[in-house]
Order: sequence, then C-alpha cells, then structure tokens
Amino acid sequence: MTRVYVPRDSAARSIGADEVAVAILTEAALRGVDVELVRNGSRGMLWAEPLVEVVTDAGRMGYAGITSDKVAELFDAGFLTGGEHSSSLGVVDDMAWLKDQQRVTFARMGITDPVNLDDYQAHGGLRGLRRALELGPEATVEEVLASGLRGRGGAGFPAGIKWRTVMQAQADQKYIACNADEGDSGTFADRMLMEGDPFTLIEGMTIAGVSTGATVGYIYSRSEYPDANNTMREALAVAYERGVLGSDVLGSGKSFDLSLRVGAGAYICGEETAMLDSLEGLRGMVRAKPPIPALEGLFGKPTLVNNVMTLGSVPAILADGSAAYQAYGTERSRGTQIFQIAGNVARGGIVETGFGVSLAELVETYGGGTRTGLPVRAVQVGGPLGAYFPADKLDVSLDYESMIAAGGMVGHGGIVIFDETVDMSLQARFAMEFCSKESCGKCTPCRIGSTRGVETIDKIREGVDRANNLVLLNDLCELMTDGSLCAMGGLTPMPVQSALRHFPEDFQR
Amino acid sequence: MTLMRDTDYGTPASNASETVSVTIDGHAVEVPAGTSIMRAAAEVGLPVPKLCATDSLAAFGSCRLCLVEVDGRRGTPASCTTPCEPGMVVHTQTPKLDKLRKGVMELYISDHPLDCLTCPANGDCELQDMAGVVGLRDVRYGYEGKNHLDAPTDDSNPYFSFDESKCIACSRCVRACGEVQGTFALTIQGRGFESKVSPGGNLFMNSECVSCGACVQACPTSTLQEKNVIELGTPTRSVETTCAYCGVGCSFRAEMRGDEVVRMVPSKKGGANEGHSCVKGRFAWGYASHDDRQLEPMIREKITDDWRVVSWDEAIAYAAAGLKKIQDTYGVNSIGGITSSRCTNEEVFVVQKMIRAAFGNNNVDTCARVCHSPTGYGLKQTFGTSAGTQDFKSVAKSDVIMVIGANPTDAHPVFASRMKRRLRQGANLIVVDPRRIDLVKSAHIKADYHLPLQPGTNVAVINALAHTIVTEGLHDQAFIDERCDTESFAEWVDFIKRPENSPDAMSIASGVPAEDIRAAARLFASGKNGAIYYGLGVTEHSQGSTMVMGMANLAMLTGNIGREGVGVNPLRGQNNVQGSCDMGSFPHEFSGYRHVSDDTVRLQFEELWGTALQSEPGLRIPNMLDAALVGEFRGIYVQGEDIAQSDPNTKHVMAALAAMDMVIVQDLFLNETAAFAHVFLPGTSFLEKNGTFTNAERRINRVRPVMAPRTGMHEWEVTCALATAVGYPMHYDHSSQIMDEIAASTPTFKGVSFSRLDAAGSLQWPVTDVEHGGTPIMHKDAFVRGKGRFMETQYVPTMERSNRKFPLLLTTGRILSQYNVGAQTRRTPNIEWHGEDLLEIHESDAQMRGITNGSWVELNSRVGTTVMRATVTDRVPAGVVYTTFHYPTSGANVITTDYSDWATNCPEYKVTAVEVRPTLTEGGLASPADLGLELHEGSARAHAVDTLVRMANQIATHNESESFDNAVEAVYTHLTMFWTPSMKADIIDYASTGAGDISPAVYAALERVTPEHPAFADSAAFAGEDG
Repeated sequence: MTRVYVPRDSAARSIGADEVAVAILTEAALRGVDVELVRNGSRGMLWAEPLVEVVTDAGRMGYAGITSDKVAELFDAGFLTGGEHSSSLGVVDDMAWLKDQQRVTFARMGITDPVNLDDYQAHGGLRGLRRALELGPEATVEEVLASGLRGRGGAGFPAGIKWRTVMQAQADQKYIACNADEGDSGTFADRMLMEGDPFTLIEGMTIAGVSTGATVGYIYSRSEYPDANNTMREALAVAYERGVLGSDVLGSGKSFDLSLRVGAGAYICGEETAMLDSLEGLRGMVRAKPPIPALEGLFGKPTLVNNVMTLGSVPAILADGSAAYQAYGTERSRGTQIFQIAGNVARGGIVETGFGVSLAELVETYGGGTRTGLPVRAVQVGGPLGAYFPADKLDVSLDYESMIAAGGMVGHGGIVIFDETVDMSLQARFAMEFCSKESCGKCTPCRIGSTRGVETIDKIREGVDRANNLVLLNDLCELMTDGSLCAMGGLTPMPVQSALRHFPEDFQR
Repeated sequence: MTLMRDTDYGTPASNASETVSVTIDGHAVEVPAGTSIMRAAAEVGLPVPKLCATDSLAAFGSCRLCLVEVDGRRGTPASCTTPCEPGMVVHTQTPKLDKLRKGVMELYISDHPLDCLTCPANGDCELQDMAGVVGLRDVRYGYEGKNHLDAPTDDSNPYFSFDESKCIACSRCVRACGEVQGTFALTIQGRGFESKVSPGGNLFMNSECVSCGACVQACPTSTLQEKNVIELGTPTRSVETTCAYCGVGCSFRAEMRGDEVVRMVPSKKGGANEGHSCVKGRFAWGYASHDDRQLEPMIREKITDDWRVVSWDEAIAYAAAGLKKIQDTYGVNSIGGITSSRCTNEEVFVVQKMIRAAFGNNNVDTCARVCHSPTGYGLKQTFGTSAGTQDFKSVAKSDVIMVIGANPTDAHPVFASRMKRRLRQGANLIVVDPRRIDLVKSAHIKADYHLPLQPGTNVAVINALAHTIVTEGLHDQAFIDERCDTESFAEWVDFIKRPENSPDAMSIASGVPAEDIRAAARLFASGKNGAIYYGLGVTEHSQGSTMVMGMANLAMLTGNIGREGVGVNPLRGQNNVQGSCDMGSFPHEFSGYRHVSDDTVRLQFEELWGTALQSEPGLRIPNMLDAALVGEFRGIYVQGEDIAQSDPNTKHVMAALAAMDMVIVQDLFLNETAAFAHVFLPGTSFLEKNGTFTNAERRINRVRPVMAPRTGMHEWEVTCALATAVGYPMHYDHSSQIMDEIAASTPTFKGVSFSRLDAAGSLQWPVTDVEHGGTPIMHKDAFVRGKGRFMETQYVPTMERSNRKFPLLLTTGRILSQYNVGAQTRRTPNIEWHGEDLLEIHESDAQMRGITNGSWVELNSRVGTTVMRATVTDRVPAGVVYTTFHYPTSGANVITTDYSDWATNCPEYKVTAVEVRPTLTEGGLASPADLGLELHEGSARAHAVDTLVRMANQIATHNESESFDNAVEAVYTHLTMFWTPSMKADIIDYASTGAGDISPAVYAALERVTPEHPAFADSAAFAGEDG
C-alpha cells in the first residue's frame, strides 16, 4: 500500500486538488493498485500546488502543479515508486526552498493529516501542553516571556507580558480570545495553520488557558474562511473527544473550553477591541484603551487576545524550551516569522524563518521575482496598512526595529510584490479608499479623513492645486496617525506616505 | 432670569474615595482616582475641547478633539478615556494639539451644512462652539467632496426631528438611548464614511424609541432637535421646576421665550432624575395651553342648565352660599371635599384646612384613597411611618430587586431607567405580576424569575416566599433580634410556618409553581442587598394593606431595611400623592399622620387656626358617595380630581354626584365630574403654580411659576376666598407662608421653607429642624416606631370571583405615553402612541370567543358594561384580561366593582370578574348619560348599609387568623380610628335589627363601641358561641 498526499488546503483546492485526489483514487482502482490517500495541509509552496507527494523509501517525492488530467501520466511514469515526471520536484524535504527555511511554528505544516491527533502527536504535538502542565502557570508564562515571543498580529507587543498580566488579574472568569480574523490582503498564514495544522492552535490556546487561569477560549475566525472553519470544528471535536479540551485537560484536572466564532465580514473586527465587541454579539466597534483587554476584555473580564501565529508558536516554545526559540532572530526580534509572499510573484507561499532575513531574499531568492517577469518596482510589507518599499531599498532587514526605522512595519508578515507597471498614486488612493470603506466609523480622522484622503489624492493626480493639496494630504496623514483611535486609521497613512516618499513622480504625472 | 446651562464635565464623576494628584497646564489638581484627565481639567476651569464626551455618558473617545499630551508618554491620548494617574503632567494646549484639533474640526465641517444662521441650534450648538474654540478659519478640503448634506430628515416623532444631514456621528444619542434610558432603540448603521445613526433601520415612530428625549438632550448639534425650538427659536430664559406627572418628581428647566414655554429640559441637579426624563415630562406639557383649558369661573343652578361665565367673586359667593345652605339644613357634616394629588403641598394644606376649620368637619379625603392608602396604613403598622424607605439612588446598590405589581418602564419610566442600569450591571430581578411586563424581558434585561400570579393572590405569594425563607432558615436573625419586636416576630413565625402558607398550598391559589416561589425566595434571601419596589398592583386589592405588611415583613425578615440598596419602596402614582397624604388629606389625620382624636395635636391646630375642630374622623370618598345617595351628604368641593372617571363603579359615582345640591369642581378642564358640578372654578397648571411637590422618595421639590396664573388667581387664593366666604377668614400673602405654617405645625416638615429648598435644591422629609439635611434613607438605626413589628398576613381571597358567567379576571394599569385619566396626556400629541384604551386578551381566550386583533369587544362585569377594541397577545396569561383607563369613552371603571381594601377602602381596581364577547357596536361611551342613571332612596340606603357591613366584616375576616379576640380588636380599632359617628350609628342600628350577615366579631366590637346600646343586650352570649 502506497501513501499519497494531496493537500486539502483551500489554495490547493481552488486549483483542482479535489479533482486530483478523486482522479488518483479512480486511476488506482482501475489499475488495481492499493493507494492510501491522505489529505494533508499545504507545505506552503503555493507555486507548486496542487502538490502531490508519494511516500517512497527515499522520502516524500513531490510532483508540482498536478491537474486531474495529468494523473494517468503520473501513474504511467510510476510516481507511486518515485518515478520521474516533468513535474517531479524530487524529495520535497530536500528542496532548498523548504530546507533553507527555519520552520518552527509551521514544522508540521503539510506533513501531517490535519485532523489526525495521533499523526499530530507522532510529529511532536502536545509535548508543549504536557510540559506546560508540568511546569505550572508561573513557569509557563516565564517560558513565554523568556522566548522573546512578540505579538505576531502586527503590534509586536511582548506576548509574555500580556500573559503575565492576565495570569495576575483577579476575576471570576477570564478568557482567551484568538484573533483569526485574517483580513489583510496578501496574508494567509492563519488560514493555512487552521486548515493544515489546527491542533497547534488548539494546543497553544490550551497552554494559554491553563497558565493564565482562563477557562474559556474563543477562536474568532471569518466567514470568508469556510474550509478553515470546517477543519477547525473537526479538530475541536477530536480534541474534546480525546480529552485535550474540556473539564480535565489531559487528565490535569484543569478545565479549558474552546469554541469557534465566525465574523460576518468586517475588516475592523480584526482589531482586537472591535473583535471583542463582535464576540459579545455587538456591532464591531473599536474600544478606547485603557482599559486594556488583558484587564477588562471580553464581557468586561480579563482577556488574553493573541493572534493565531502568536498562539501557534507557543507549543514549540514550550516543547523545546524558550532558549531554542530565542536562538532564532535578531536583537529584540526573537524567534521566527511566518512570511507570506504574494502579489505579482513567481513563487508565492509561506516562508518561515528567523527575523533578520532581508526583504530582497524573500522577494528574489524565495519569490523568484515577479510572475510577469518585469522588474520589481515596489513591495508592500505588512498588509494594506504597511509601507511600500522601492526596488532599491529591499536590503532592509525584516525585524521589528529595522522596519520601524525604515518607515515600515512587519505587521502580520504579508509581502505583496508589484512590477514596474504599478501606479503608486493609485496604490496610495487605494489605502485611503480601503479605510473609508472598512473603518468602524467611530473616530473622526478615520471616518471622514479617509474619504477626504481619497478626494485629495484625486485632486493631486488631476493636477488641481497640487502643491497645496500635497501639504493638505500630509497634514491629513499626520492627523490620522496621531489622532486616530486605533491602528486602522493610525496606519492608513503609512502606505500613503511611503508611496509619496519613494515614488513622488507617480503623483506628478 | 437668564438661560441656564449646566456645566458639562465631559465624563461621569468617579466615586472612588482615594485621590490622585496631577498637574494640568501647570495647575496642581487633586481628583478621585479614576477621574478622566478631561474631567479633572474641567473641574479646575481648563475645559478641553470635546464633542463626543458628555458627563452623563461613559467616555467614548471618538471625536478626537480632546487629545492631550502627557509628559513621558508617546502620542496624544484622548483626555476623556485616559484616567488621571499619580504625578501625571498633562498639557492641554500645545501647538501640536492645536494643529490636530483644527484638523479634526476641518474634517467635521467639510461634511456639515454651512447654515448656522438659519439653523435651529444657532447659538446652542457644540459643533459651532468647538469650531470657534479651535480657531477654525479654513476648510481646505472644500465642500464639493462626498457628504451627507442630502440625507433625509425624519419628522415622524411629534416632538423632535432627526435631521441626518447635520449628524456628526458622535454616537451620543446611541449611547444615551442605551446607557441612560436603557432602551437601545438607536444604533450606528453602516461602516466607514457611510456610518450613520439609525433607529434600527426604521423611522423613529416605527422603532423601539420611547421618546424619552435622552437622545435629543445628548445631541451636540441640531440633528436631534425639539420641533418647538425649530418652530419658535431658541429660548431666552429658564426656570427650574418640577414635573407634574408621576410620583418620580423629575426636575426640569422650563426654557422660555417671554411667557411661552419653548421646551422642558431635564435638570442634572434634579435629585430624582439627575438629567433624565420621559416622554410625558419632557414633551407632553402642551395641555397647559390647550384650547380646552377653562380659564373663567362658571356657575349654574342645575346640572342640566348651561354654564354661565361669572366673576371670581360671584362664583365664590355662589359656592359659599350653596354650602352654607346645605349645612344650615342638613347639619355641619353634610358637606366635604377632596384634595388633589396633582396640586402643591401648599394648595392641599389650605383645602384640608378649609374643610376642617371653615366647614367644621373632617370630611376630607384625597385620591390617595384610591391608590396608595394601603401603603400608608401598612408601613405605619410595621415600620411606623407612612412612606417609602429609600431614595431612588438606592437602587444602584441593590443586588436583588423584586418588582411587585408595578410596571416601572411604563408608569415610572425615569426610575425604571435607573433600575435597568443596575440590572444591566448584574443585579438579579424577580417580577411578581400577572402580566409579562417589559422588565421581564427587554434589551439586556431578563428577570431571573417571573411569578405570573392570578390577580388578587399577592398575599398568597408573599406568604409563601416568607414561609420558604423561614422554614429553610434563610432569615436574618441578627437583624430581627436587634431591630424588631421579637414578640411579634415569634407570633408571626408560628403563623407563617403553617402549612397553609407553604408554596405548595399557595401555588394552588396563585397559580405560580411552588418551585418557582421557593427559588425566588432563596434568591431574594441570598442577595446582599434586597429591595422591593411595588405599585398599585399591590395596593388596589381587597387585601392591599395586608400585602403591604407582607412586604414589610419580608424586608425585616431578610434584614433589608435601613441602608442603601434595600427597603420597601412604593412607586407612587401622582406627582404629589405623597405630599397630599403628608398634608393631612385623610379624614382621620392632620398633617404628619397624626390622628384627629389626639388632643395635643388637635389643640395645637385649634390654637393655630383659632377655631374648634372635630375629634372624630370624617368620611372617606366611598362613604361620602354612599351618604350622598341617601341624602345625608349634599355638597362637595373637588379639587383637581376626576372621580367620575377615576373611581370604581362609575355608575354609582355619577348617581351620587347627581344627588348632591352643590358640587364645586376646580380643574384645568371641564372633566367628567364637572358634568355634575354647579360651580366650576378654573385651576392652574404646574407652570403657573408656586409651591412644592413631594415625590415617592419623600423628596420635597420646588414648583416655580414660569408664568402668572392664566386664571388670574392662584388655587390657594381661591380656596382662601371660599373659606372666607363660608365664614372663616383665611389669608396668606404668598404660598411660602403656607409652607411656613406647615413647618410650624408638622414635625416632619419642621426644617422646611422655600428659602431652604431654593438653596438646597430639594429636601427629603423628615427634616426635623432648620439645620437638618433631610432623610434619604429611613429607619437607619431604629424604626420610626422603635422596633419593627411583624404583622400576621392571612391570605383572604377577594369576594370578587370568576365564575361561569364572568370567567375572566380583568386587571387595569397605565401605559407609557398616557397618564391616569388622560386629562393631560390626551390633550397632547402623545395620543399618537396610544389613541384609545385596548383590551389585552390571551390568544386562547380570544380564539374561543371569536375575537381577533383589533376587533370590538363588549366587556361585562357584575356592575357594568363597556366596549373597546381587543389586542390579542400572550403578554397576559389565559384567564386574565387587561386594559388601561386613560380614555373616558372606554370607561374602564364602569365595570370595576365596589370591593375595596379591608383596612383603607382602597378600591379593588385590579380584580374584576368579566366576560368578553365580540360586538358589532363600535366605539365606547359617548357621554355619561349613556349610563342611564337611576336613583332609588330605598336601594341607596340598603347599598350604604351593605357597604358598612361588608367593610366591618372584611376587617374581621382579615384578622381572625390568630384569634377571635384579635378580630374583635381589629374591628374595634378600625371603627374608632376611621369611622364617622354616623357610620357607626348606621351599622349599630342595622345590627340592632338582628341582621345575620354581621359577623360575630363585628357584633362584639360594636358592643365595645357602645356597650349601653340595647342591640347588644345579649350579644356576649352570641359572640361566645363562635368565640
């Protein structure tokens, strides 16, 4: 019996992975061959999807870009024993694209059956939770603190400090709220983890729960992620069935209940306080801070709000110790970041590596330049509110401090590549327009300012009183940055101002 | 007086006891911990610009005008959402902040109509003010961009308009609707630039909006604006006064242009309402200038004659002559009067003074007879004083709230908002009511237990609650030992422990599952602070007084008396019903609840008033009416009350009025009672009065005139003129002198005067001397009567029973937009919400009878018939129907019965057995004449005697649980305390005929009253048989 892997990841499915899976089983039956088909997560090489892998003595052999009509060819080429085919990638684990990465959070990604807990444990799963239960709350939180883990949702706040705040807060009820409302354009790491290795998130949240004293957790996902939600629900059911969740976590006597909540499609609900409103059943509106959610969060109770990537990194930190995690990264940006390469790029996908990798390496070495083959002109880092970098500034190191120094941010690690046909004044306009549509409408700079931003950029583009309108646009950006209630309005000027700074010619046509 | 504006500190005050010190713009400031930078700055006179902040709402942080800089902190935090921290050094004015604020205002104004000069809020607009404060001189974005200037105006509400084009989306209205009012009718709809305020996607009138005005009050622009301001312009002066609707007693600023009221604005300084209002007080005051106001005195010889307008002098002379003639012919006790709970303390005091001193009898009663007289009786028996124990604020400290027979969201909406705020904070709620009132389940509120009892079974439920607490040992023995009369407690415990008082037994009578009663009892007993709030659903029963005592027992049993968050709290119906009772309106009591037979007190008044006063009680309203029908009571002065509509068994009331020779009505309108009047004296509205109202929390509030009396005379002046014309000269130069007389003669008011009230805002009685600050919470260290007394509360079912002919029980109540008999609210646009009285009937009862929603139905009781439209609903349980009594045409009281509370004769409005059937007849009663008045001397006498026998027997029945002697004692006490000599004589005469329907205990009591009377020659032996 030969084991064949075809990803169930929605990126793979969107280009025919389901059909490929059916074709392989059909073809195997026709040929009377025994095949065990496993629907794994994606390896993150989205450029190679649908990626079919076959277990051979040499290792898992990969075949890239398989469509259902190529399946018979694969059988003919003897792929079940690793036979050569035009799509062959060789042994997947030996590929430089993967091998050169430092996969910690995504260590199991694409390797296991996402909803098979035995498979999960066979690949190191639940070691972190078991160790956390042994260590007890204080030591676990110390471990997270010592790892240097910072919030991967974008703000980069030291996770351990937040954990300690929630742990020390006195309340009759505390919560863990996982922000899985991944709305940034060009980002997909949260989705992939939920689809490809959901137990990692469950384990991370359970560790957070038992160590901070929160007995209830929510994963706040989005309606645009039906596959991730289904996989998450499946995994949650398994976790309950196997005693990872519930009133007696792994026999520890500790209780942790976890459930999935699905948002209705508002970008702003990815802002942590708006997310809490939404979880409470309210319209998602940004709350003023203080009070911070760690003290007064969900339903007014102490709440640990972390992103999927933050919580997903915790099992590895606990399993292998903070020192191991600390070893990755630079000065104050420790550990690994899951970069997501997208846009006009030849090889898009997930690159997990320690902080400090250069943007150029991600764009050129991993991304392989643009898909159109035209020169790269601009790269936006950190989602729609992140800065644009021009081609001559790609040597910037991707860590929190260097990015801030360069006028940008790591954000959620999304990297979107544009070739030379891009009009950066339109990109600046897009940032304002996005804000004008997705703002929660609470604070004035964001609610009205974004619309005025669009109009002012239009005037600049049309050459109307350009000099004064450029001054006005800058004043507006300053107002939105300093005056907005949350990061949505506060960061919208970042792409605008980076476009103005690096591509002034696009505003002078 | 100029226009007053309350200072707005931006965020609510912090209640913290510890303080923090900060430096703001170089000024050292010390504030309670938790105070926002904004408030701290405002308190030292350094206001920070703001638009979304107002001190009635929690900080929100949306406008971004109030940004400040704090040394050692990054960025520019909003001063409204940032609390002061020790040592903070704050700068509110810097070049950076100036630029940011100008930038914010530039954005606002880029989406705002530039029509300030023609805007209704011109000069009263915070947006306009802030544009000035930040020095906005230029809007560089221009005005051609995307905007909301074409947004529609929603004019559906009769009182205010919603002009979306002026909205700055600050959410103050949305937050006020939720945080202050607790209705949550408003929301922000849409995202980003499309965000807008919306009443749930509807027009205001089709939404859940209750028109309380909180949103209008909160709006910083002209978006939500009173239509009156739009029409008339901004007011130029204001007068602080008190609302004349319910017993909450909200303080308002009447904002005026000359003598014209532009709007009523709730006052933040008002102790009862603290800046909140309801649709009635805020908006429904237009009746005061309604064309129906009768402004000139009128007289006529017979009630079938036309009215003749006359001078004040002629009207008063005519009235006085009529009264004197009656007294000359039929004796001193043949006339009397009724004081009004709508009038001021001063007006009430002079009316009762006129009756006692000028008429020379004690035939004075008040409308409290028909609402809260059992409260006075029951609380006096148990606690020693005839009033509620708490201030309204107290509810903010309650942990378990029990609402019994009250519907606060409709009848006491401003207090309900306070209660709902506490409930949203997590206090538990128990609702005891046949109907599913709004409190049972509404936005963010859900009762832990709703006990939907059968009408008339309150006592069954309260006894079962107490039984559970006692038998499960959940009572507060320490409190009882320290604060209560332990002997009465021991006796009461024996009584309450009886199996007949158990939840299992009482669930049969009440229809409430025993388990729910037990669970509710445990919840109430377990709360740290348990508070009871109740209304007329408690008092207007034949066991009303028993129930009041039952609640007092429960409060003492659980130690819930004498501090904040607890207590027994009547929600009183009318603005001054507390005051009218305090002022000596009852036939047996002088002001301050002192019995007329008390020689010391009477002597004091005799000296003060320079005339002899009667020492025997006078007639209660129902006895006056009965006496009228037998020709013994022939003249009445009715001030500000419409007994022909509000009192039970309308037909009987009207027949009695028609039988009198001189009916004097003083009112704003020619009401239903005026149809039977010979003299009509025009009254003044609250806008013309100068005096005081006392609300349900015993708070004495000033009522200040905003205009001279439109009738030319103050009501107290009219009363004085009438008293003088009758032969007893009465004169005051000013109403403050009446209060001085009240203070001089009434210990609980000793320290009250107009000047003190003007200085303090309000005072809660007792105010024992001029230094005393009043009493927000009663019975703090000891009960007024010393030790709290437990009273046995035997459950005696009402005699009004449903049967095959009358299978349904009718209960009555009030609706939000209307007030009592509707004389005021029916003359305002409030009729748009409630244009007629409707009969609520359960689906199953409706189906069985072929009644559909909106169809006309005929409602029959043992005493009468009326017609109204039906609403099919599950708000009432099967077997119960409900209606309101706001419209004379529906005549709900045509069908209510003569049954009344055993102790006080408060009518049993809340239980009438009825049958309902569909009818083809549309509309209600056209006029009182429809009733077909009949009057037979013989049956009237029989009726009067029947009433006396029933009253006496009822007292016996309700007190016989302990012993026969106890029943005799009770009847004897009531006869001597509350019955007039002629009533006693009548029942004794009747008893002497050997009538078998007089109970043995009554016989025994009558014998004690007049042992020498021949009727009782052998009654001892008779009594002995049963005794």
